[in-house]
Amino acid sequence: MAFSIDAAFIIKAIIILLIFAITLLIATYSTYAERKVAAFIQDRIGPDRAGPFGLLQPIADAVKMFFKEDFIPSNASKWLFILGPCLSMLTALMTSAVIPFGDSIKYEAAPGKVWDVAVQAIDVNIGILYVFGVVSLGVYGIMVGGWASNNKFSLLGAIRAASQNISYEISMGLAIVAILMMTGSLSIRHIVEQQHGGNWNIFYQPLGFVIFITCAFAECNRTPFDLPECETELIGGYHTEYSSMKLGFYLFAEYINMFVSSAMIASLYFGGYNYPGMDWVQAKLIAATGEITGHNLATLVGTLVFFGKSLFFVFFYMWVRWTLPRFRYDQLMNLGWKGLIPLAIVNIILTGGAILYLKPLVVSLLK
Amino acid sequence: MQLTNRSKQVSNKEMTFAEKIYLPAIVTGLGITIKHFFQKKVTIKYPEVKKNLGPVFRGRHVLKRDDQGRERCTACGLCAVACPAEAISMVASERQKGEENLYREEKYAAVYEINMLRCIFCGLCEEACPKQAIYLRHDEFVPVFTERDQVIWGKDKLAENMNNRYLRTAWTKEEAHEHNLKGIVAQPRTQL
Repeated sequence: MAFSIDAAFIIKAIIILLIFAITLLIATYSTYAERKVAAFIQDRIGPDRAGPFGLLQPIADAVKMFFKEDFIPSNASKWLFILGPCLSMLTALMTSAVIPFGDSIKYEAAPGKVWDVAVQAIDVNIGILYVFGVVSLGVYGIMVGGWASNNKFSLLGAIRAASQNISYEISMGLAIVAILMMTGSLSIRHIVEQQHGGNWNIFYQPLGFVIFITCAFAECNRTPFDLPECETELIGGYHTEYSSMKLGFYLFAEYINMFVSSAMIASLYFGGYNYPGMDWVQAKLIAATGEITGHNLATLVGTLVFFGKSLFFVFFYMWVRWTLPRFRYDQLMNLGWKGLIPLAIVNIILTGGAILYLKPLVVSLLK
Repeated sequence: MQLTNRSKQVSNKEMTFAEKIYLPAIVTGLGITIKHFFQKKVTIKYPEVKKNLGPVFRGRHVLKRDDQGRERCTACGLCAVACPAEAISMVASERQKGEENLYREEKYAAVYEINMLRCIFCGLCEEACPKQAIYLRHDEFVPVFTERDQVIWGKDKLAENMNNRYLRTAWTKEEAHEHNLKGIVAQPRTQL
């Protein structure tokens, strides 16, 4: 395919820019939302000084982060020390590339020649594999940071964090396998499209969903799995030695991860940009405003629905954080290896059985 | 030995299946927290809104004057003796002719100082005073100070301002309840 700058290319570029801008914006305001949710759950008011309702708080925090002393321990390996938070941030951002935020935008380049551009940075046919590959790289951000700090506590914290992330990635992958068996595709867009018409995976995979969301919590290092932070046992875990914006990057990466995994949950189990009555809305919009505008407006509605779903799960993360206490480390490992992995395997077997025996039965009964 | 009546017999019984999978307990916990999410907030926006500290709150000191504006203190030194932190010091002086409108009795405190870093706001000076001259205000804290020379409070800061007299609205909780004293919206800080 020849590479040329045309309308579709420009639309795609705008979409990609928007996706990253919105991801960053949501991550920024998640910090504010977290503080507000925490406050509300604890019957407090929360940040309300900077701007109306404290809405400028993230900016104030960022300014503070930038002006703090940027400290590198004298015996730390300098470049690795800087590389750590960058790796964390990079891997967190990279995952948002394959998430389908919406259906597609149509653009009439010439009469009879309509471009159809998906609202997604890139639709690769190995989307889920890509996500898992990139997410597993995130361990390096933590590990490099802990190692380069030249601090035993940081190193121990990093090792703990790494082993936690790796353990939970296994059951996360196994939980996904059941969905892949049902849809027969690794592309996230395909999986979302197959859930069209209220045919959401949550109804077929409730157990898989529980496993997946639990592992997502562990992958994002969120409570009750926030062992990497371990301020009681290991001072501060892998980021003990970090200050200013480098620490900010680590924390920021956590919030991006949180949003991206919420988007993944919404896409894989809750139909992504699908919602009940979607076809009806699209038909009405097309009837009201014409073929192309109507389609684009329907895409916009779908995208907003998708953000609604994702943000609900971001809220859910916070809700859980201020409800549940932290695990003990051995309990965490027990849950991962002795609890979730067997459950995920059982889920795969059940799904396989259902596809082999239940589905033909239901189909023949419906005939 | 039982120390309280809240103690419970510890049991080591097997957990039921529902308890073992923890999910019902987690959902119950989530329910409790989300209930609080929508509840009325108890936070008071402090500098703008001030809570009624209660009639028996012991805040910053005031050297009372009588109704004609004369200082009540006679520099007997009982407050300084009573003070466990030894924060109070004073220099007594004799009233001169023509100063009858300033000091109620023949002897007065020419210098009266309280070291605010030492004071523990126990209120013993208040109890020791035979002339009802020193009180701890129930409505105001000692303001924050950042400089060393602001630590020692002399008569300039302690003596009562006749334009803004300290009158206690209630002496007991019951009286405070009768007067329906709740939070007060902040006024500009009292002129010292």
